[in-house]
Amino acid sequence: MSAPLRRTVEGGAGWVLPVLLLVGWEAAARLGEIPPTILPAPSDVAAALWKLTVSGDIFKHIGVSAWRALVGFAIGGAIGFALGLANGISGISRAASDTTLQMVRNIPHLALIPLVILWFGIDEEAKLFLVALGVFFPIYINTLHGIRTVDPQLIEMGRIYGMSRLELFARVILPGALPSIFVGLRYALGIMWLTLIVAETISASSGLGYMAMQAREFLLIDVVVLSILIYALLGKLADSAARLLERAFLTWHPAFQPQ
Amino acid sequence: MNIAVRDTDTVAPPAGLRFEGAPFFLPEAKSAPLPAPAAREAAAPSGAAFTFKGVRKAFGPKTVLHGLDLHVPAGQFVAVIGKSGCGKSTLLRLLTGLDAPTAGTLEIASTERRADITRVMFQEPRLLPWARVAANVAVGLSHMRDRREKHAAALSLLAQVGLSDRAGEWPAVLSGGQRQRVALARALASRPRILALDEPLGALDALTRIEMQMLLERIWLKQGFTAVLVTHDVAEAVALADRVVLIEDGAIALDVEVPLPRPRRRGSPELARLEGIILEQLLGAPA
Repeated sequence: MSAPLRRTVEGGAGWVLPVLLLVGWEAAARLGEIPPTILPAPSDVAAALWKLTVSGDIFKHIGVSAWRALVGFAIGGAIGFALGLANGISGISRAASDTTLQMVRNIPHLALIPLVILWFGIDEEAKLFLVALGVFFPIYINTLHGIRTVDPQLIEMGRIYGMSRLELFARVILPGALPSIFVGLRYALGIMWLTLIVAETISASSGLGYMAMQAREFLLIDVVVLSILIYALLGKLADSAARLLERAFLTWHPAFQPQ
Repeated sequence: MNIAVRDTDTVAPPAGLRFEGAPFFLPEAKSAPLPAPAAREAAAPSGAAFTFKGVRKAFGPKTVLHGLDLHVPAGQFVAVIGKSGCGKSTLLRLLTGLDAPTAGTLEIASTERRADITRVMFQEPRLLPWARVAANVAVGLSHMRDRREKHAAALSLLAQVGLSDRAGEWPAVLSGGQRQRVALARALASRPRILALDEPLGALDALTRIEMQMLLERIWLKQGFTAVLVTHDVAEAVALADRVVLIEDGAIALDVEVPLPRPRRRGSPELARLEGIILEQLLGAPA
């Protein structure tokens, strides 16, 4: 077997099982094995997608959800990154804030939902606050860890070669911490969607979670399944974007060297 | 005609080729008083002399150096040997200003800042994994501002250590010996007057090591900096250095000149005899 052909076959092999599952699901639904009140057929989900696409509702909901996710991520990520940098570089800053942050970290942020609803009502602020809080910790911890574990021999080398503090940071410390920061980024993206799903499902008047909850009230199970699938797709999309960034920024890393 | 030209070549080889061909017959090499006086004298001003006067260094309750006195003239290649923990690396850290002596003084015969004239090469290459080879060399070129000028200088330094074709690679793909050569190019970038070498060849395999020793010797002869090589390998010390200093319990136990001509032939009886004397002292019994 030639190499390109083998690659095609190997790449295609991964798709065999999902396709079989989909075909089996469709067949079981059509034959009445799965009642439509439990799980609609894939073709019904596709029909629901078509309907919502034509009416434009789906874009509105995805847009609202994506906006919440990104803004919340930007706020929480920026604060986490800044604090991670500060505590990684300055011992005083670390002594002052790290213990407190580690204590707060042990509160599951979703447990704050009742409190957050009392504070912000069910407006946008509530969702942004929860997403920002959820995203904050993975970014903070991994940035801090990345900076604290930069090879001290490289830092000594930079000092010997007369690098200024700014140069040392830009050329040695930050690039050295980057692999760990990316781990935090990917982890945070997962938490971002998870938080948003919960927050939108509990209290919202727009967005994917709202769409799913409203569909449940009207027993539109196809729309419920559709919104779950869209969440999965958005999560996958965010992770792929993070991997692309990682590949672009860490070309030097042995893990990303072409074989 | 052709034959005549070839004859003159063998009589007076171009300076750069001197070390590619090791001398095959010892008598002639022995009779030459100093093998490369012209090269040494021409480069001499670029080395700096330094003197340790009664230098003591303690880390907490543990005293590592007890009143060390050592004068090294400009351009000398001195090897410092000793058992692990004898204080030889501390000596280098003091010399390069990474640590300050607890008592005593260290004088360097230069008006320039010490950080500008001393460079150190470590056992590990300490290259930035996220910078290409040329950019790593350019770390040593902090005195240059212009980007293109820096890159050109880095390339010519890489050519000196025989790596000009690897300028665009990541350090991760280089072999251990190649990484150490990049580190050498970086250390030489600012034309240091004192080069401190902290067992830079310790982690290399035997053949790569000898290649690196020859490269080091060639560059030292050309540039004339003062070289301080800390090593635990006595054979390496006598093969490379003008003078071997043995440190025991934080003080100098032996200080011998190595008056052998260069290039030195590895495995020659003179080197072996000197190595024997030093090992005897080091191990405290006839080797």
